[in-house]
Formats: sequence, structure tokens, C-alpha cells
Amino acid sequence: MAVDLNKLHLRAPWQDLTTGMMIHAGGTSVEFHTGEWTAVKPSIDQDKCKKCGRCHMVCPDSAIVVRVVDNARMEGPGCGKTALDRMYQVDTDHCKGCGICAYNCPFDAIEMEGM
Amino acid sequence: MAKRERLSGNEAVAIALKQINPDVFPAFPITPSTEIPQYFASFVANGLVDTEFIPVESEHSSMSAAIGASAAGARALTATSSAGLAYMWEPLYLAASNRLPLVLAVVNRALSGPININCDHSDSMGARDSGFIQLYAENNQEAYDNMVQAFRISEHKDVQLPVMICQDGFITSHAVENITLLEDKEVKDFVGEYEPENYLLNPACPTAVGPYSVTDYYMEAKRAQAEAMKNAKDVILEVAKEFGDLSGRNYGFFESYHLEDAEYAVVMIGSAAGTTKDTIDQLRKQGVKAGLLKLRVFRPFPAEEIAEALKNVKAVAIMDRADSFSNQGGPLGAEVMSAMYRKHLQAEAINIVYGLGGRDVTVEDMGEVFAELARIAKTGEAGDTYRFMGVRG
Amino acid sequence: MTSLKEFMDRPDRLAPGHRMCAGCGATIAARNVLKAVKPEDHVVVTNATGCMEVSTFMYPYTAWQDSYIHNAFENASATTSGVEAAYKLMKKKGKLKEDENFKFITFGGDGGTYDIGFQSLSGAMERNCDYTYVCYDNGAYMNTGIQRSSATPMYADTTTTPVGSKSNGKPQNRKDLTNILVEHDIPYAAQTTFFKNFSDLYKKSEKAIYTKGASFLNIMTPCPRGWRYNTPEIMDICELAVETCYWPMYEVENGVFRLTYEPKKKLPVEEFLVKQGRFKHLFKPENEHLIEEFQMEVDRRWENLLKRCR
Repeated sequence: MAVDLNKLHLRAPWQDLTTGMMIHAGGTSVEFHTGEWTAVKPSIDQDKCKKCGRCHMVCPDSAIVVRVVDNARMEGPGCGKTALDRMYQVDTDHCKGCGICAYNCPFDAIEMEGM
Repeated sequence: MAKRERLSGNEAVAIALKQINPDVFPAFPITPSTEIPQYFASFVANGLVDTEFIPVESEHSSMSAAIGASAAGARALTATSSAGLAYMWEPLYLAASNRLPLVLAVVNRALSGPININCDHSDSMGARDSGFIQLYAENNQEAYDNMVQAFRISEHKDVQLPVMICQDGFITSHAVENITLLEDKEVKDFVGEYEPENYLLNPACPTAVGPYSVTDYYMEAKRAQAEAMKNAKDVILEVAKEFGDLSGRNYGFFESYHLEDAEYAVVMIGSAAGTTKDTIDQLRKQGVKAGLLKLRVFRPFPAEEIAEALKNVKAVAIMDRADSFSNQGGPLGAEVMSAMYRKHLQAEAINIVYGLGGRDVTVEDMGEVFAELARIAKTGEAGDTYRFMGVRG
Repeated sequence: MTSLKEFMDRPDRLAPGHRMCAGCGATIAARNVLKAVKPEDHVVVTNATGCMEVSTFMYPYTAWQDSYIHNAFENASATTSGVEAAYKLMKKKGKLKEDENFKFITFGGDGGTYDIGFQSLSGAMERNCDYTYVCYDNGAYMNTGIQRSSATPMYADTTTTPVGSKSNGKPQNRKDLTNILVEHDIPYAAQTTFFKNFSDLYKKSEKAIYTKGASFLNIMTPCPRGWRYNTPEIMDICELAVETCYWPMYEVENGVFRLTYEPKKKLPVEEFLVKQGRFKHLFKPENEHLIEEFQMEVDRRWENLLKRCR
């Protein structure tokens, strides 16, 4: 990252601000945890999950992360279906708990917790 | 080697642009600046420049596209007048606050209404607080020279602010006069390649431009912008010095004409300074100590330098080719008087609004102004400090 | 053709941590449109002022993995024109290598697209600027608090067309912007929304982004606050909009109209309306005729579209 976010805190002196308030980096918003807005979070049951990806597509917050995993080397729920597979995980740091993923899961694999 | 030519102010700016060969030129026509993009389009059509010329659908879009191009990493400019400048008022502020180097060639024309196509400075004076650097020209030569210097000032890393170069509509833009041009290579070398550090089209690192700023940052951002304008003073002089070495034509914040020993001075901007110089020549022959301060740089405002130059005068008339409708006078009057006050100058000062909508200014008119200054100096009574010149009734 | 799996597996170009409301439709559109960009290509995103802009680049946090510029409300297309011209120049001068390709995608809400940004949009489209304009149409000025726009459907309750004793909500029909863009004779224009497995949205986005010249995508993006529906039900709302033919799914490639989805049985529009609080007043017994009128307008537009598609 070409920008030092630590210097750009809310009490930063004017000399520290970037010229023209440009940010020479991408995706710095990951440092802002919108997950703190809510205690309600989806939980994906990896055994019920059929990897259709619907939850990933409908998430307004890019907070359902697809991981392409090598199941041959993994153990536990959701593993061992195919050698290379996708695994959908909730990014709780950023999920705002809207519930779209749970409502739209065709396999009832997602529960909203903390309601 | 210098080339002698006969050109109008618009041609002079267009030729400077041909020599600069900028990257992107979005434009929308408006009298009296239309000729600049028109001449330039013919350069594009004949392969004389590499520039991407964008014939946009409005002035709001011409400034917006110039902003986009500059942010993308290109050397960009546009041209306009009057209502066109008013229409791009919003993006002017964006260019400045995003700290984007670019140039706006303004051909000054009265703002509507009533609609009028002739010269006054109400358009660019309306944009005086937009964060643009403003350079004004008296004639075609100065318009050309300012254009050649503009990108150097704008792109300087301590500045990174947009620059407006202004010339008087029709009086300068359309009148053909003698001019001395630099060689193409001299201009090319003087202006140099534009190599921004960070820009949208940098494949190695993305850039985000134009954030939403909460209160915690906004004022700091404005303070940083103010610093850039402060820095612009030195940079304008540095660039002028280098330009002087190249061309033999010397520029500063303003031109002093017989000001050193003047008792009566006029402060003004633009083409009417030529007329005033003729008046001063006549008065000097009669032994009247008349002088002129012709301002070139209005933003940043060289307050201290102006006050220093006026410190020995007995009376001064500040001439505004725009009214502020403040019931006090025009913008130049307010700022010069404030500069004088801070320097504790005791000279009497009046502010005269003149030349609106192309109203002619004669040598005799200016003679009257100096005569009035002599009366004021003698009586010590300035009388009404907000006056109009050349108006009936 | 890129497969659905490939689209899905592409890393997100819109990072989390932006401040859009929970359940917002606009960012669902933005991130899925961006998935249609080949991973090796770069993007410059231009954004009109609106919800998306104030929420995705709040200093110093940009949610965009690519370059991004917000200029003002009404000038997103003009701004993109400048960026695109700079790109052409840099390519011409060899300042960008042959394999360093940028795509230009502009996002605007219906306010920034149908209304205040229409002039600059129309200009850039007429000049056939090589970019894709994506309108996230949520049918009102949501950023300022749900005021009517020319995209607001008739009879919607908004804060500038409130329902009252003398008012049934917005008195006028919505502007058919997709059609107006088609009439600009651009190479590609399409309408889509979040539907089934998103392949319609991906395919249209890919076509739009990789069509040389100007392209336009109009994406219906429900706004839970403005439309007043149960937030998780966004896909149901979209499906009903499509199945009632309120929001037809079609594309126009070089002037040729094509329906990309035709409902087997067109549902009555009230099924779409009933789920939304902004149309609640239409379901009072005395307002039955208003729903009929709404239905007639949907039918008229649908029939016109069918004629152009055949």
C-alpha cells in the first residue's frame, strides 16, 4: 500500500494529509470494520452448503468470501467432496447482518445468529 | 531565434498551445474565446499536434473532462468566456481542491444579464475564490507569454493548482498586433514533459480521487490548499525568471510604469493599461508625476508587494472592470485597499468601476482620473470612494 | 464466453468496509458488474455524487481496488471522457504498454443519470466514448432522503411526492431511459437486475464492458429504505419486477432488440407493488383503479418492447 493510513487518522495535522486528498492505493476500506455495526451475523453450515455461490453474489458488502480450497488436504465439515472445491466463509469484520444471504440460500445452509 | 508575427490574442494563445502540444483539450465554444479551440481543432485535423481534442456538449463538461484527463495523468486544458466560465463554476473548485494541474484560457467577457458579448472582468473575478491561480494579460504578447508559462506553474510539485490565464475579449482576443514568438523547440524544452507521480492510469498503483471528507479532515484539506497558493508566489517568479532569460521579456506579479516616483497612481488589470500608459506619457511631459501598477497576478494576491510599490504615492485610483455589488466597489479595489491598510499607507484611495460590457476607455478618460487624483491629494478629501467612469447620467 | 463459476471466483474489485446501508442493492450491482472485467485488465471507475460515492470513498478509505474518480453529481460521463481521452493519448504515445489495458466504468444512481447527469451522459454517448455507463436505478434520490426522480414509478410515495388527502404519490410515469439511450444509436444497451443465478447480469456486463464504444446498462437496484420492503427479500422483489414485466430484461446490440428473459406467465403488477411500503396506499379499497392504471402502463410498455423485439 502506497499510503500510510496510520498517519491519516482523524486528528492528523494538515501537513500529513495526502495532496488533493487522493489515496494512492486500492481497497483501503478493509481497515474500516463495518462488522461492528451489528451483532447479527450469518453462520454457514458447511455440511448443508452446496457451493452454489448465491450468498456470495447477493452480498452487498463483499463479505461472503470464496476460498478455493484443496479438500484433499483438509478435514472437517464441508471437506472431501471434491479434490478442489470452493468454500464460502463469512467475513464478520465487515458483514452488516442484512440477512440477504440467509434468506436467499436455496439449501437453508445459512442461519442468522444473534437475532 | 525569435519569430516576429502579427496575430490576434486568440491566435497567439492557440499558437502557444500548438507549440506546447498538450495531451487533452476538451472544449465548448463561446464568444469571444471560440477561436482558440477552433484554431486548435484545425491543428488536430492537420496532424500538427498529438492532442486528443474532445468537442464536449457544454462548458461544465469541458472543465469536468479536463479534470478527468488531468487526474488520469494527462496535460489538459480548456478555454472559455463569460457564461461558459460561470457554468463551469462548480468544477473549477474541484480542479483546485483535487490539486489537479491544468490550464483554463479565459477570454474575458461580461456576464449576463443583460447578455453582452464584450469585455469586462466579471467572469473571471467571479471565479477569484475558486482556488485557481489567475494571470492577466494586457495584450496578445502577454497572453502568449502567460500561456507558455502556465503549465510550468500549475504542474510544479509545490503548487499543483489549476491556472487561469486571462485576456480581454475582442480588445485583445481579436485585435491583430505585432508579437514575438519563441521557436517551437524553445517552448517544448521550456514546458518540458509532464510526468506526474500518481495518476489514475498508472497500472502499477491505483489512485482514488475526490473523496467524501468528514469535518475532521475538511478544514485541514483547505489549509493544505492554501499553502499551495502561498507556494505559488515563489514558483510564479521562478518560472518568470527562467522565461525572461529565454525570451528577454520579464514578468513579475505586476508591471510598474513610472511608479517609482509617482505621486498619483492607477492600479488596474488588462488592456486598458495600454491606454493608461499613453495618458501617463502625456502627463509626464507636462511634469505630472503619474504612474501605473498593472496587475498580472491576481491569485495569489501579491498584497505586500503592491503596498510596497504604492508606499510613496499621494493618491491612488483602483480601477475595477467588474462591480462586486457590495455597495463598496469592485474586487480589486477591496483587495488593494486592504493591502494598503495593512501596510499603514496614508495615501487617499478611490475605487472606480469602468469599462463594463465593453465600454470604451480613452486616454482622456484616464487623464480625468489623474486630474481627480491630483485634486484629492491637494484637498486631502477622497470624497466618494466608490465611483463609476464612462457612464451616462 | 466466461462461465458462471469463473465470474464468481474472480476476486472482488469492490472491497468491504464501505458505508452503504445494510442490504443495499447498489453495491450488489457494482461488485457483480466489476466481476465481468477480466482479471488482467485495469479499471478506472467514475462515480457520480450519490449514496455510492459518499459511502465507498470516505477519506481515507476507498473501497475500490481499481483507480476511482468522483468529480461531481452531473458530470460523471464528461469526467470519464477526459480519462478515456488521456488513455488514448498515452496508448498513442507509448506511455502505456500494449498489454496494459484499462476499462472505463461509470456508476451513477438514477438522480445522476436520468436527471442531473443526463446532459453529460447524452454527450458522451453521442461521442461514442469507449466506456460503460452503469445506472443503479433505485427509483428516487435516496442519498438526500428519498425524493422523487424521473425514474420514480407512478404513485410511489416519496418525500417530495408524499401521499396525502390530495395526493396519491408521484403523479407522472417514469422516464424510459434505456430506450432513450438506445435512440443514441450506441453499440450496446441493456436492462437487467438481480435475477436467478446472476448470469444475465454477468453476461450483459461483460458484453457492455468489452464492446468497443459507448455502452449503457440500466440495473434495477432495490433500496430497502426507500422502497420499504423486508430487507432480506431483495431477490424476490427483483424477480417480481421481472415476472410482472415491470422491469423487462432485454438488450439492444447495434440496434437489434432481444428479450433475454420472457416470463412464461406474466404476473399482475400488484404482486410487485404489494411488497413495498411506498405503494401501500394503492391497496386501500378506494384506490383499486390506481393499480389498474399502473397495470395498463406496464402492459403498454411491455407490448411496445415486444414489438421491437420481434
